[in-house]
Amino acid sequence: MMQQMLDFIFGRLKPSDFVQEPITAIAGYSMVGALILAIIGLTYFKKWRWLWRTWITTLDPKKIGIMYILVAIVMLLRGLADAVLLRAQQALDNAAGTLLTSNQFQQIFSAHGSIMIFFVAMGIIFGVFNLIIPLQIGARDVAFPFLNSVSFWLFVAGMILINAPLVVGQFSAAGWLAYPPLSELQYSPNSGVDYWIWSLQIAGIGSLLSGINFFVTILKMRAPGMTLMKMPIFVWSALASTGLIMFAFPILTATLGMLSLDRLMGMHFFTTTGGGNPMMYINLIWAWGHPEVYILVLPALGIFSEVVSTFSRKKIFGYTSMVIALLAIAILSFSVWVHHFFTMGTGADVNAFFGIMTMIIAIPTGVKVFNWIFTMYRGRVRFTTPMLWFMGFIVTFTLGGLAGVLMAVPAADFQLNNSLFLVAHFHTMIVGGVLFGAFAGFTYWFPKFTGFTLNERLGRYAFWNWIVGFLLAFVPLYILGFMGATRRLDSYDPSLGWQGLFIVAGIGVAIICVGVFFQLLQIGYSIKKRHENRVGNDPWNGRSLEWSIASPPPEYNYAVIPTVTQRDEFWEQKKKKHGSLIKPAYQDIWLPKNSGLGPIIGGFALLFGIAVIWYMWWLLVIGLIGVIVTVIIRLTSDDTERKLSAAAVAKYELKRGII
Amino acid sequence: MKHPIEAVAVQEKKTIGFWMYLMTDLILFASLFATFAVLRGQTAGGPSGSDIFNMPFVLLETMILLSSSFTVGLAVLGSRRGYKKQTICWLVVTFVLGATFLTLELTEFTRLVAEGYSWQRSAFLSAFFTLVGTHGLHIAVGLLWLVVLIVRLIKFRFRQSDIHRLALFGLFWHFLDVVWIFIFSIVYLIGGLT
Repeated sequence: MMQQMLDFIFGRLKPSDFVQEPITAIAGYSMVGALILAIIGLTYFKKWRWLWRTWITTLDPKKIGIMYILVAIVMLLRGLADAVLLRAQQALDNAAGTLLTSNQFQQIFSAHGSIMIFFVAMGIIFGVFNLIIPLQIGARDVAFPFLNSVSFWLFVAGMILINAPLVVGQFSAAGWLAYPPLSELQYSPNSGVDYWIWSLQIAGIGSLLSGINFFVTILKMRAPGMTLMKMPIFVWSALASTGLIMFAFPILTATLGMLSLDRLMGMHFFTTTGGGNPMMYINLIWAWGHPEVYILVLPALGIFSEVVSTFSRKKIFGYTSMVIALLAIAILSFSVWVHHFFTMGTGADVNAFFGIMTMIIAIPTGVKVFNWIFTMYRGRVRFTTPMLWFMGFIVTFTLGGLAGVLMAVPAADFQLNNSLFLVAHFHTMIVGGVLFGAFAGFTYWFPKFTGFTLNERLGRYAFWNWIVGFLLAFVPLYILGFMGATRRLDSYDPSLGWQGLFIVAGIGVAIICVGVFFQLLQIGYSIKKRHENRVGNDPWNGRSLEWSIASPPPEYNYAVIPTVTQRDEFWEQKKKKHGSLIKPAYQDIWLPKNSGLGPIIGGFALLFGIAVIWYMWWLLVIGLIGVIVTVIIRLTSDDTERKLSAAAVAKYELKRGII
Repeated sequence: MKHPIEAVAVQEKKTIGFWMYLMTDLILFASLFATFAVLRGQTAGGPSGSDIFNMPFVLLETMILLSSSFTVGLAVLGSRRGYKKQTICWLVVTFVLGATFLTLELTEFTRLVAEGYSWQRSAFLSAFFTLVGTHGLHIAVGLLWLVVLIVRLIKFRFRQSDIHRLALFGLFWHFLDVVWIFIFSIVYLIGGLT
C-alpha cells in the first residue's frame, strides 16, 4: 500500500537516482550551489522584486534578447566543459575508465551536442533576433510580444531539463540525435532519452513560436518606405532563417512525439519489432536537422554582412545576389538531407541526386564569400575585433565548406561517414560560422545595448587564442578521420598510433579555453571601466537604422518611426548632414504591459516535462491544466497595453539630448 | 483605447501570424501522413485497414464534421452583421457537432482496442492512431476554444476583437476539416478499400 502510494507520487524516481558518479556530481552540485548562492544574494540584497519586474515579466524584446544571450553564455561554458572532458579522455585514453567510464563518455558527448545546438546556437540566434530585428526595421516591438516571452520561458524550461540529469537520473547515451533502435525503451530503458526528448520538445516548440513571431515581425512591421529590397542583409538572413524554422521545426515536433509514443505507449514507429522502421526516424530527423544547420548559420552570415560592410565603410557588394544566395540556400537546404546517411542503401541514383544537390549549395555560399571579399576590396577596412572574427571565419568557413563538398560525393562518404573527418567538418562550420559570427555580432552590437564598448586588446587576445586553438583542435581530427578514427570513441588501441594527434587536439581545446577566459575577462574588465569607454549612438560609423537612436535604446526604440527611402538609410542621412530644425512631432506610444504569465507557462511546461520523464502522471495533469488555464487567462484579457503619452516621450528624449 | 487604424494593424498581424501557425501545423500533419504512408503495409501479421474500418461509420463522422464547418461559417457571418444571438446559436450547434464527431471517433478507438487492435499491435496501427488521434486532439482543443468564445459572447458586449477571434476560430475549424478530408481519403478510403 505504502509502496503503491510512493509509486504514484514519485513515478519511477528512486532515491538511487540522486547518486551520481564523481565528475557528474561535482558539475551538478556546483550548478545547484551557484543557483543557491544566487537565490541567497537576491534575497540578501532585496532584489527579488526588481528581478521580477524588470526582467522575468518583461515583454521588451531587448531585455528578452539579453536574457537569451546570458543563458547561451552559461550553456556555452557547460558545453565547453563537456568538450574538455571528451578531449581529455581521448588524449589520455587507452585503458578505458582512466578518466570517464564509457557510459559517462556517451552521456557527455550526447549532452555536448544537444546543448551546443539547442541551447547555445539557438539561444544566440534568438537573442540576436530579439535585439536587432526590431531596431533594424525601425519598429518598436515584435509582432507578438507576449508570445515572445512564452518562447523564451519554454527555452529556459528545456534548458533546465537538459541540465537536470547532472543531479537527478542519467542523461541520454544515444548521441545528440538519439537514433533508434538504440534510443528505444528496449535498449535505453532509463530516463536519459526521455530527458533528451522533452528538453528538445519544449524548447523546440518555443523556437517554432519564435520563428512565426519574427517572420510576421519582419513582414508586417517594417518602417514606412522600407521595401523588402531595402532591408539590411541581416534582416534578410533572419527572414530566411525564420522561414526555415516554420518549415522544419514541426517535423522535429512530430518526430520527437513519435519516438516518445514508442517509449511511453509501446507504439511501433521506429522499433525493430512490430513492423517499425528505424530508418524512417533518421530520414525525418534529418529532414529537420539539415535545415536546422542553415537556421543557425544564415543569421551568422547576416551578422558578417553587417560587420564587413560597416568596417569597410562600403555598402555591401552585390546586395541582390546576397539576397538571392540566402533564399537559394534556404530552399536548397530541404533537398539534401539524405547526405547524412548515404550508407543507408537507397541506391546509386538517389545518392547521386542528393550528392549533386549538396554540391550545388556550395555555389550560393561561394557567391556570399566572394561578395564579402569584394566588399572589403578598396574599402577603408578597420581591423577591429569584429573584423578579426570575420577574417577568421572566412578562412575556416571556406576550409570546412570544401571538406563538405568532398563528403558530398557519395563514394567518398562511404569512407568518411561517421569518422572524425565528419566531426571536424561540422565543427569547422558551426564553430567557425555560427560561433565566430556570434562573437563578431556581440562585439559589434555590445555598445548599442550598454552604451560602452568592449575592450579591444582583450578581444584581440581572445580571438588569437580561439583561432589558434581551433585549428589545433580540429585539423588533427581531419587527419585522424582519414586514418580511420570513428566518432564517439572512448578508447582505442594504442597500436593505431592516434594518441599523438589526439594530444594535439587536446592542447587545442586548452588554448580555446584560454580564449574563453579572455572573453570573460573582456566582459568583466569592460564593465568595470565602462565610464571610460562610454560612446554615443554611433560608435562604429554604422549604416543601418539601429545606430540612429540612443545607446542603450529607450524602451520604445524610436520616438518617431523613421521613414526609409533607400538601403543603408542612416549612412545616407549622415552623408547629407541635414540638420533639421523642425521639432519632431511626438505621438502617444502604446507598449505592452509586463506579464508574469509567460514565465508561469514556462513553469507549467517544466512540470509537464518532469512528469513525463519520471512517469508522475498526477503532475502531468497539473502541468497540462496549468498551461491551458494560463493561456486562456491571457487570451481573454483585453487590457494588455499601456500608454506612454507624447509629453512623456518628449521629456524623455529631451533628457537624452536627442532633439 | 488605441487608434482604430493601429487596432486594425494589430488584427492584421494576428491573422497573418495565425495563418503561419496553421501552415506549421499542416507540416506537422504532413510528417504524420508521410509516416502513415510508409508504415501502412507494416501490419506485422495484424489487421490491415480493410479489416477494421467501418466505412458507413466513418462517412457519418465525415458528414458531421463537414456540417460543423458550415455552421461555424454561419456563426462568423452572423458575427460580422452583429447578430449576437444568432452567432451564439450557431456556435452552440458547431460545438454539439464537433463533440459528436469526437465521441464517435473515441467510440471507434475503444472498439478497436477492445477487439485487440490497439496501437501496440503493429506499426500500421501506431501510425493510424497517432495520425487520427492528433486530429482528434486538435478538435478537442477547438471545442475548448469554442466554449471560451461562447462564454465570452454571453457575458460581454459584442466587440470588434470578439469578431476577429471568431474569424480566427473559423480558420482553425476549416483547417481541421481540410485535414480530415485528407485523413478520410488517404487513411480510410485508400486504406479501407484496398
